[in-house]
Amino acid sequence: MNGFEALVLTIITASTPLLLAAIGELVVERSGVLNLGVEGMMIVGAVAAFGVAHVTGSPLLGVVAALFAGVAMSVLFGVLTLNLMANQVATGLALTILGLGLSGMIGEGFIGEPGQRLAALHIPVLSDLPLVGSIVFSQDILVYASIALVIGTYHFLFRTRSGLILRAVGDNHTSAHALGYSVIKVRFLAVMFGGACAGLAGAYLSLAYTPQWVEGMTAGRGWIALALVVFASWRPNRVLIGAYLFGAVSILQFHAQAAGIGVPSQLMSAMPYLATIIVLIIISRNVTLTKTNTPACLGKAFVPDR
Amino acid sequence: MRKLSKIAAAVSLAMGVAAGPALAEDPLKVGFLYVGPVSDFGYSYQHDQARQYLEKEFGDKIETTYIENVTEPADAERAIERLARSGHELIFTTSFGFMNPTLKVAKRFPDVKFEHATGYKRAKNVSTYSARFYEARYVMGQIAASESKTGVAGYVAAFPIPEVVRGMNSFMLGAQSVNPDFKIKIIWANSWYDPGREADAAKALIDQGADVIVQHTDSPAPLQIAQERGVLTFGQASDMIKFAPEAQASALVNDWKSYYKNRVEAVMNDTWESSDTWGGFKAEMVRMAPYANVSEETIKLANETVAKLEAGEFHPFTGPVMKQDGSEWLKEGETADDGTLLGMNFYVKGFTDSLPN
Repeated sequence: MNGFEALVLTIITASTPLLLAAIGELVVERSGVLNLGVEGMMIVGAVAAFGVAHVTGSPLLGVVAALFAGVAMSVLFGVLTLNLMANQVATGLALTILGLGLSGMIGEGFIGEPGQRLAALHIPVLSDLPLVGSIVFSQDILVYASIALVIGTYHFLFRTRSGLILRAVGDNHTSAHALGYSVIKVRFLAVMFGGACAGLAGAYLSLAYTPQWVEGMTAGRGWIALALVVFASWRPNRVLIGAYLFGAVSILQFHAQAAGIGVPSQLMSAMPYLATIIVLIIISRNVTLTKTNTPACLGKAFVPDR
Repeated sequence: MRKLSKIAAAVSLAMGVAAGPALAEDPLKVGFLYVGPVSDFGYSYQHDQARQYLEKEFGDKIETTYIENVTEPADAERAIERLARSGHELIFTTSFGFMNPTLKVAKRFPDVKFEHATGYKRAKNVSTYSARFYEARYVMGQIAASESKTGVAGYVAAFPIPEVVRGMNSFMLGAQSVNPDFKIKIIWANSWYDPGREADAAKALIDQGADVIVQHTDSPAPLQIAQERGVLTFGQASDMIKFAPEAQASALVNDWKSYYKNRVEAVMNDTWESSDTWGGFKAEMVRMAPYANVSEETIKLANETVAKLEAGEFHPFTGPVMKQDGSEWLKEGETADDGTLLGMNFYVKGFTDSLPN
């Protein structure tokens, strides 16, 4: 493995959990719901994935468990905010706190246990090609899933009728309701999709990134994913760019530090945030377009009047 | 566990009241305050190991209670006071940030004895204690330099504070005692605890030619990377061999057992006095995990150094030592004083990076 290959592989690893969580949250926000509980859903996904993989010996079952765990957390959020009209911001924050505590409790028995690693796929011939073989054709299933989700989400949101309805619900829930669409149902499904994605992001952390369980191992990645969605002005392709940019700058600054470039490490650590924000702001500098992309009903509760 | 001991406390209190003076030998109640979860498999975990050891060692002569995940210093005062109020006679507050709250509560409870880890403020009923982890890092440096083929170690560090810088310098001096040209590449993760970042840092260091990974951050993530990439590494705070069965050479183990035992005995025998302890191998507060994945000669060298440290015959910071800029710090045969070590904010000669301030 040469240096470039290793570098690209590391960047993919660092970017994938952000991408998975962000693409889910993007759909949630496009439907007009602000779920700040990404971090909480993610860490519950991480502990579920680790636990099931550890007990059954199958990382794939772990991935499935994370998916369901993320959905379960999001259903809780959905019931509270969509059915019981609780404040979305407060509920989202509470979900994060709940997730961090709950995962710590569930994971108590897994501390200090090395985990199962999610195996990379091996495609005959293709995986053995130089360079592209290892980078493009030898990833694990979640990396492919993250890319597929971006393409799928883009297609769904902008090329299908259901996607149009979802965006309509997010932009003007009263009109969507008047047209006969079930706002609550659409939003609930979107929230569940967000939960599933956050769960997968958690699974990636505890099965592929660092196959172990330690409390609080998400270390703020859920919040970065949330920020990415906003800075990417709710466009799937920009979320992809943002996540990979963030991953790339994070890794490159480590390489710069190790090479002994005399820049203060504190500044270096801030680089991924700065670079990502600046680039995404430049991409979305067209104010009118950004406005059309922003879900107008984001964070507003919907009470069906009839 | 905590709840159990609480219930036990309540029961024994009730019994004590009922039985009155007939029950002469009440168990000594010892309280512990942890900054992290006991399950962190690192710092707080090691303190809790020592607590469990006390329970085993003293049986029903003592009773222990712990409070974990205490935010420092916001919740600390309340938590410490709760322990003091509920009849604990000896209380260990195990993190630097508990310093001022400990002293405040100590003033209000002059009959309770307090032990504060890693701080520098004492009182009549407050002792301080810490461990000379840098001694183990000297041994790690010797192992690293003996085993490394590239002559380059990668160091995943948290923050440029004296504790970390002291460890780096000690590691460097140990390495230089074997290979004077030994190099260290450093990445500041700017976090004590972020498995993902720590793993990424380890990868970057290995990609740049390091064939030994040392960490001064808290998760076992760098060890897993070392295991995957086939380079040597060291466990942090506890033996982490499970995470790197073919890569961990040894581990720097924080061992509070004998200190805690001594202090409990001192309270029982009424000989407890406020004191300041900064112990290393000699005081059994630091030890190396069993050696693995290294050659016989390396183990021999490490054992020799450890033996000298245990006997108190050797100080890792013994002159001649130069500072990074080439100016003299310690003369031939001179050893560093604790004050300089505690506030260490410079590199010794051999580092190529400049120390972030």
